[in-house]
Amino acid sequence: MVEQFPIIIIIAPLFGAILIALLGFRFQSLCLPAVVGSLAISLAAAVGAFLKVLEQGTVLYNLSGWERVTTPRGLFSVSIEYRIDAISGLVLMVIAAVGLLNAIYSKVSVTTETPNKVPHYYILYLLLVAGLAGMTITNDAFNLYVLLEISSLTSYALIAIGSRRAVLASFNYVIMGTIGASFYLLGVGYLYIKTGTLNMTDIHSSLATIPKDSASIQVALILILIGLWIKMAFFPLHGWLPNAYAYSPTATGTLMGPLVTKVMIYIMIRMMLSVFGTEYVFDHLQWTNIVVGLSVVAIVAGSLFALSRSDLRKMLTYLIVAEVGYMVGGAWLANSMGMTGAIYHILSDAMMTFTLFMVIGIVITRTGETQLTAFQGLFRKMPITMVGFTIAALSMIGLPPTCGFFSKYYLVRGGIEAGQWAYVSALLFSSLINAVIFFRLIEMAYFHGGKAYGEEITDKDHEHHRSRGKDLDAEPDGTLEKVPCSMLAPMLIAAASLLAIGILNRPIAGWINAALETLNLAQGG
Amino acid sequence: MKPMKLAALLTVIATGGLLLYATSDLPDWGDPLSPANAGDLSTHYIQDSRDDTEVPNLVTAVLADYRGYDTMFETVVIFVAGLGILSILGQGKRVEPLAEPVASEGNRERDMITITTCRLVVPIIQIFALYVIAHGHYSPGGGFQGGVMLGASFILIALTSGLPDALKRMSQERAIFLAGLGVLIYAGTGLLCMALGRNFLDYEILHKVLGGTGVKARYDSMLIVEIGVAFTVMAIMFIIYAVLSSKGRMRGGL
Amino acid sequence: MDFFYQTFIAKFNYWIYVILMMIGLFAMIAKNNLIKKLVGMCIFQTAIILFYVSIGVKQDARIPILTKDEVPHGGHYTTEHHDGHKDHKADQERPYIDAKTITNPIPHVLMLTAIVVGVSTLGVALAIAQKVHLHYGSLEEDEILAKIPLGNDG
Repeated sequence: MVEQFPIIIIIAPLFGAILIALLGFRFQSLCLPAVVGSLAISLAAAVGAFLKVLEQGTVLYNLSGWERVTTPRGLFSVSIEYRIDAISGLVLMVIAAVGLLNAIYSKVSVTTETPNKVPHYYILYLLLVAGLAGMTITNDAFNLYVLLEISSLTSYALIAIGSRRAVLASFNYVIMGTIGASFYLLGVGYLYIKTGTLNMTDIHSSLATIPKDSASIQVALILILIGLWIKMAFFPLHGWLPNAYAYSPTATGTLMGPLVTKVMIYIMIRMMLSVFGTEYVFDHLQWTNIVVGLSVVAIVAGSLFALSRSDLRKMLTYLIVAEVGYMVGGAWLANSMGMTGAIYHILSDAMMTFTLFMVIGIVITRTGETQLTAFQGLFRKMPITMVGFTIAALSMIGLPPTCGFFSKYYLVRGGIEAGQWAYVSALLFSSLINAVIFFRLIEMAYFHGGKAYGEEITDKDHEHHRSRGKDLDAEPDGTLEKVPCSMLAPMLIAAASLLAIGILNRPIAGWINAALETLNLAQGG
Repeated sequence: MKPMKLAALLTVIATGGLLLYATSDLPDWGDPLSPANAGDLSTHYIQDSRDDTEVPNLVTAVLADYRGYDTMFETVVIFVAGLGILSILGQGKRVEPLAEPVASEGNRERDMITITTCRLVVPIIQIFALYVIAHGHYSPGGGFQGGVMLGASFILIALTSGLPDALKRMSQERAIFLAGLGVLIYAGTGLLCMALGRNFLDYEILHKVLGGTGVKARYDSMLIVEIGVAFTVMAIMFIIYAVLSSKGRMRGGL
Repeated sequence: MDFFYQTFIAKFNYWIYVILMMIGLFAMIAKNNLIKKLVGMCIFQTAIILFYVSIGVKQDARIPILTKDEVPHGGHYTTEHHDGHKDHKADQERPYIDAKTITNPIPHVLMLTAIVVGVSTLGVALAIAQKVHLHYGSLEEDEILAKIPLGNDG
C-alpha cells in the first residue's frame, strides 16, 4: 500500500471525477462529498509519500510495471516514471491541501455562481487538481505536456464558465496558453532528437555526452523556458493572467491563483536542476544576469500595477505577477540559498495568495463591493475574517513569524551572496509597496469604521442589505460575520498554515537543502 | 494596429530564426543513426516489444502499454474537452429529450434520398469502426480512430435527419455517462492491477483474471483499454458536434 | 553547393515546419478575427506534428508494424511458467529484427497524443469563441474591445 501512495495522489481525484460523471448528474448532492473525499485521500497519500521520502530519500514509481532496462550504456527507463523528492513532496502537499480547502470554501459559491452546472464544475475542478499534481510528480517530459494540457483545458473552461467578461479573458488565455504549451512541446522535441529519450533522468545523463555548445540544446532550453514563462505569467508575458483570474468564478480564481503559477515555477526549477543540470544552466550558459534582470523588471512592474489598481481581485492578480518575479529571480541566482528561497517561496506564496483570495472572496460576497473601499470598517463587522487577513497581509509584507518573512530572508541572502544588488533592492521595494497596499487596507478596516466615516458606511450598508433583501440594521457589530462556517474554517486553517510554515522554517529549509544537494551531487557539480 | 503587426512579425521572425539556428546540429532527414532513431529506447521498442506484448503494431504496443499512462490521460483530455464545451456553452440543466421534432431553425425539409442512404451507411460505418478498434493490434487503428468513426456515424444521423433525431439515440446525459464509462474502463483496468498487488496499469498481473500467461494478459488488456478509449471518443465527438452546431441549445442544429 | 545541400536539402523537413510554424504563430498573435487566430493555432500545432513525425523517419524503412513471420499471427508463442521464467518457442524460427529497417514508433505515439490534445483545445476554443459571439455580437477583437467600458481592462 505504501508503495502505491504516489499514484493515489493522482488517481484519487481522477476517480472522483469519474464518479461524478457517472452518478453526479442524477444525484447532485453526491458531488461535493465526492470532491472532498477524493481530495482528502489525495492529501493523505501526499503526506504519506512525503513521510516516506523523508525516511528513505527519493521515491521512484514506475507505471505499467516495466523495470529499467540495462544496456552497455547504463540503465534506461522504457515506461513513464514518477519521482518524488522532498521538494516535489512539499509542493504536492500544498496542491492537495489547497484543492481540498478550496472545495470546502467554495461550497456555497459554486452553487450560486454556476447553478446549472455543478457536476460539470466539480469534474473539471478535480481534473485540474489532478493535472497540477501530475505535472509536479512526473519524471517524463512528454507526460508533463499531457498533464499540462489537462490543467490548461480545465482552466479555460473553469474561467469561461463565469461572467461575460471572463469569456473573453479565457479566449486570450487559450491563445497564450497554447503558444506556451506548444513551445514547451517543441523544446521537448529538440531534447528528444538529441537524446532519444523522454525520461528526465535519462535525458540528463545523455546530455552529459553531448558537446556543451550544441545549438539545439540551447534552443531547447530557451523554448522550454519561454513556454513555461508564458504559462506562469512572467512579466512581459503576463497579459492573460489578470483578467482571467479577476473575472473567473470565485472558486476558480481561488484555486488557480495560488496554484497554477507556482506549479509552473516548480517545473521550471525541475527542468533547470534535473533535466539540464545546474552545471549547464548556471556555469556554462551564464544567463544569470539576463534572467535576474528580467525578474527585477517583473517585480517592480507587478508591484506598481498592483498599487495602481482599485479592484481587489485585480490588485491581487498583479501581486501574483510580482511574486512570480521573486521566484524566477531566486531560482536563477545560481546559488543554493536563492534556490532554497525560491522553493520555500513557492510554498509560502501559494498559501499566502490562497488566504488572501479567500478573504477577499468572503469580503466581496458579504459587502457586495469589489473595490478596495469594501474594507472600510470591517474589523468591527468581520473580526474573524480580518484576523486571517492580517496574518496573510503581514506575510505578504514579509514580517516574522509568518512564512513570507523567511522565504524573503532566503531570497535576499541569496541575492546578496550572488551580488545581485538590483534584485535585492527590487525585493525590498516590492515589500515596501506591499506594506503600503496592505497597511492602507488594514487601516481602512480598523479605523474607518469610526465616527468620521460612520454614516457614509452605514448608508452604504443599508443599500447592500436592502438589495439583498436582508435587514441587518438593528443587529449589533460583527453581524457581517455571518459567514458560513464552511468559508471561515478553511480560511483560518490556511492563515494558520502561514504561521506554521514560518515557524517550521528550519526543517523545511533543511529538507529543501538536502534534496538540492542530492540533485547537485547527482550532477557531479 | 500597424505597429502591433510589425511587433508580431518581428517576434515571429525571431522565433523562426532561433529554430532554424538550432537545426545546424540536428540530424538530417531520414537519418537512421540519429540519437532518436538509433537510441536505446526506440531499439528496445522495435526489437523487444514482441517478447513483451506480442502485439505486431508497435505503435499500439507503445501507446497502450509502455506509455499507457499517457494514453489514459489522453482519454481524460477528450473527456475534459467535452465537459468543458458543455459547461461553457451548454444549458446546464438536463435538456429535455425532444420527442417531437421542433419546427424551428435549421430543421429543413427531410429528403428521402439522404435519409435512406444514411440508414444504409450508418451500420456499415459502425461495423467498420468496430473492426478498426479490434484490429488495432495488427494494423493502423485502435480506440481513437474507431471512436471517431463511431462518433461520425452519429454526426451523420444528425446531419441528415436533424439533431433532435440523433439526440434521441444519444442524449446529452447518455453521452456523458458513456464518456465517463470509457475513462472508468481504462482507469479501472489500472486500478484492478493495483488491487492485485502490482503497480498502476501493470497489465501483466491481470492473467489472474483473464487467464493465460502474463504476456497474453498484456495483449488482451490493451484491447480492453482501447474499447474504453473508443467509448469516450465516440461520445465526446458527438457532444462537441451537437453543442457547437446548435450554439449550445441542443436543438435545431445545422 | 555543398553548403546548399547540407542546409536546405538534407534538412528540408525543419524548413517546412519552421515556415508553417511562423505562419501559424503570426496568425495567432497578429490577426484581429478570433476564428483566424484559431486557424493559426491549428497551423501551429500541425507544424509541430510534422516536425515530430519527421524525426522518426528512417531512410528506406517500413512502417512500425511487424510481419506475420516476426510475430506469428495470434500464436502466443511465449509460454511463461509460473516460476516466472519464459520459454521462447524456437528462437531461430523468428527472424531477427533490424531496428534500422523499421520506422521509429515513438514520435507516432507522441503525436497521436498531440493530435488529440489539438482537437480538444480547438473544440474548447471554438466553444469560447461562440460564447464571445453570443455576448458581444462580434468576432473582431477591436470591435469587442470597443464594447468593453474603459477602465475595466488590464
